[in-house]
Amino acid sequence: MSGFIREREAQILTKGRDDFDLVGGKPSLAGSVSQRACVFCGSRVVLYPIADALHLVHGPIGCAAYTWDIRGALSSGPELHRSCFSTDLRERHVVFGGEQKLYQALTELIDKYRPQAAFVYATCIVGVIGDDVQAVCRRVERQKGIPVIPVMAEGFQGSKKDGYKVACDAMATLIGTDNSKELPPYSINILGDFNLAGELWMLTGYYRRIGVGILASLTGDGRVADVRNAHRAALNVVQCSGSMLHLAKLMKAKYGIPFIKVSYFGIEDMSEALYEVAKFFGREAIMEKARRLVREELGQLLPALEPYRKALQGRRAAIYVGGAFKAISLVKALRLIGVKTVIAGTQTGNTEDYRLLKAICDDGCIMVDDSNPVELSELVRQTGADLFIGGVKERPIAYKLGIGFCDHNHERKLALAGYEGMLNFAREVHETVCCPVWKLVRSEL
Amino acid sequence: MLLRHTTAQEVERKALTINPSKTCQPVGAMYAALGLHGCLPHSHGSQGCCSYHRSALTRHFKEPVMAATSSFSEGSSVFGGSSNLVAAIETIFTVYEPDVIAVHTTCLSETIGDDLTQIVSKAHEDGKVPEGKKVIFCNTPSYVGTHITGYSSQVSSFVKFFSAATPKKRNVVNLVAGWMEPSDMREIKRIARVMEARTILFPDMSGVLDAPLTGKFEMYPKGGVSLSDMAATGDSKFSIGLGAYSTEDACVKLENKCKVKFEVVEIPIGLKATDRFITSLSRHANVPVPDELTEERGRLVDLIADNSKYFYGKRVALFGDPDTLIPLTEFLLTLDMKPAYIVTGTPGKHFDESMQALLAEQAPEARYKSGERADMFQLHQWIKQEPVDLLIGNTYGKYIARDENIPFVRLGFPIVDRPGHNFFPHTGYVGATNLAIKILDKVLDHTDRTCAEEKVELQM
Repeated sequence: MSGFIREREAQILTKGRDDFDLVGGKPSLAGSVSQRACVFCGSRVVLYPIADALHLVHGPIGCAAYTWDIRGALSSGPELHRSCFSTDLRERHVVFGGEQKLYQALTELIDKYRPQAAFVYATCIVGVIGDDVQAVCRRVERQKGIPVIPVMAEGFQGSKKDGYKVACDAMATLIGTDNSKELPPYSINILGDFNLAGELWMLTGYYRRIGVGILASLTGDGRVADVRNAHRAALNVVQCSGSMLHLAKLMKAKYGIPFIKVSYFGIEDMSEALYEVAKFFGREAIMEKARRLVREELGQLLPALEPYRKALQGRRAAIYVGGAFKAISLVKALRLIGVKTVIAGTQTGNTEDYRLLKAICDDGCIMVDDSNPVELSELVRQTGADLFIGGVKERPIAYKLGIGFCDHNHERKLALAGYEGMLNFAREVHETVCCPVWKLVRSEL
Repeated sequence: MLLRHTTAQEVERKALTINPSKTCQPVGAMYAALGLHGCLPHSHGSQGCCSYHRSALTRHFKEPVMAATSSFSEGSSVFGGSSNLVAAIETIFTVYEPDVIAVHTTCLSETIGDDLTQIVSKAHEDGKVPEGKKVIFCNTPSYVGTHITGYSSQVSSFVKFFSAATPKKRNVVNLVAGWMEPSDMREIKRIARVMEARTILFPDMSGVLDAPLTGKFEMYPKGGVSLSDMAATGDSKFSIGLGAYSTEDACVKLENKCKVKFEVVEIPIGLKATDRFITSLSRHANVPVPDELTEERGRLVDLIADNSKYFYGKRVALFGDPDTLIPLTEFLLTLDMKPAYIVTGTPGKHFDESMQALLAEQAPEARYKSGERADMFQLHQWIKQEPVDLLIGNTYGKYIARDENIPFVRLGFPIVDRPGHNFFPHTGYVGATNLAIKILDKVLDHTDRTCAEEKVELQM
């Protein structure tokens, strides 16, 4: 088995040997065992954490069933987002149209649950049979008096990344529709944190400690009212810029809200995020508090990391995650605990992202775009990686290869953001890399 | 209270499905295709479908699940997916080198009207299918049937493309496996082996989705029915289909194509269904039932007798797939439990008729429902109206179990929060024993945890 597809030459390179730029953003080759998903998936994962909204999937049952409670996005209140609502389209609807069914489902649902808003996801087939989802949404919105927002997420229109944009467009229609929320002083919106394992709550804590208030979180532990008020914040702080940068740009154009791009993963990036926000407000008091916070946190964290760093020194990691910013943060965080990144790949990075990623990787690191299991396992073999960092589909592959694995995708159960998160991460890497089971793999009867 | 929205009072729903007890056809086709050795399933549609199905199967089996996609774009949805599929076939045979590509369709490719027969023959004409390799296909639009019918279509396609009748019949019985776990298939093969019956089981996911950890990634693990065995099913003298919903169609096709007579029995879950399976296999393979199996049966009966007072009258709610629910309901009745509510998202008369027949005498008050809006929301509403002592179903049942404080046995697809389904079969007498013990464990643990302090008993 060759394992490598010739057409993908521009999508794999070794730093220090190849001097071309890694090409990202290419559509997957038909027939590849791609690890990528679709537009619907992208829009669904971004909007999913808005917990007091209805999320109705208009299409055959599958699209709703596969996205039913699969995100570890926690809510401090309502849990409506964790149920699965579908119009469950059947053949007769495909022939005669599904608008009537959508209308019925939507009104039944709103009567039953009294949500703050409703998102209606249009899936592949809806685009093809030509249901006018937008018209149905407008009609129900008029009748029920809550925002009913069409999310035009036909899967075939691109990859997951294009779905992020669709989600941002959907949210943009909500933003600016209410002014009643009390505005905290020095208020920011957090964009692109999904409150996996309660990470948002940690971040909110940090910001509060430096005197900065959160107006809206888009979308972790999200609430419709917060989204509607989000246009009133002084600053948008965008994490995971793959998913929410588009919304930040829209808000800048429409409401003049500036934005900064941050990452909360790893101590350098986390501290930088706090400093950047402090710098924006231009208040020495905030900056001083930020410095103190970083000092305090690092004072506790660094000694705690030391045993892990010693144990992990010289180990090698393969990263294959959704977006390039996550990969960049991971390379830095791994370096902090003595682990060298030997493979860095993403599903949705673009050429510019890869230039940044390349800059921080060590020589010899193999970079790869839109990879597949055969390629990844061959690269792991070549580089002798001890650890794989990826998502649900990569986990069993890593285990079959007899190496450790950390979930860095939306199903993870461990908070990895901030200083606490860094310690969690070190512990998780240690647990999996040093697990005695890998010795059993190589032992014989 | 994750499902705090659920109310006891039922409001008629015309259009809405809440918390389904089913999913769409293609994932079933993908699962079945993995039961053919050296086969790469291929999803003809958007790349999200393939990704979702692989993730869903991976979460359940904790195993790598390989499948390719046609990666539809906006262009393909307007001009048709023919060129995508032809290109995909070329890529797959060049890069991943399977023996067979099993293509299934999706709602998108069906609606735009892609004709697989014509596309695949074009791939042949263009020389994209290497000598000795095969491309098979089945139609699985997501808006028809459920994951069970998708599974069934894939199994039928094995027959359509591979089964061949030569002039020489062989003394072999085909066992057509309905949707069950690899561990269940392993157990059925063990039973056949103990009986010294010559059988071919297909599809066979054992050794594929429960492969050992070796330090090597195998794109095509050792298991799966071989192509030569699959071809030879046409020469077998009889077929036993296990589960009407997932195998009857394949059995009928095999009879029409190769004149192999068949009988469809339930998946052997529980004592009586196992009796029927073993009787059928014994008759058609012309082998006696060995003492080893009789003793296993005896030990199961012994277990039931020892614990009969704990089973007696316990009300059970169950949900899942019809081929599982029918024998499971029968087994609960064997245990002297009371099936109270039974729900499956897969429609079909056979389920309703079987339930009617099974429940008429022992549990006439039981409520059951199949097809549209036979979902977990409905089940939960019934439970709220009158509680049950036990819930059996896939992982999604955990919310109901927690909210209502009911003991919960995991059985079905998907199970994404516990291991076990890959190790402890539910088929055969051994499987029934496993299941009875699991039920007892859950029910008695619940009693121990919730009964009044002075009532905690050491010996039960």
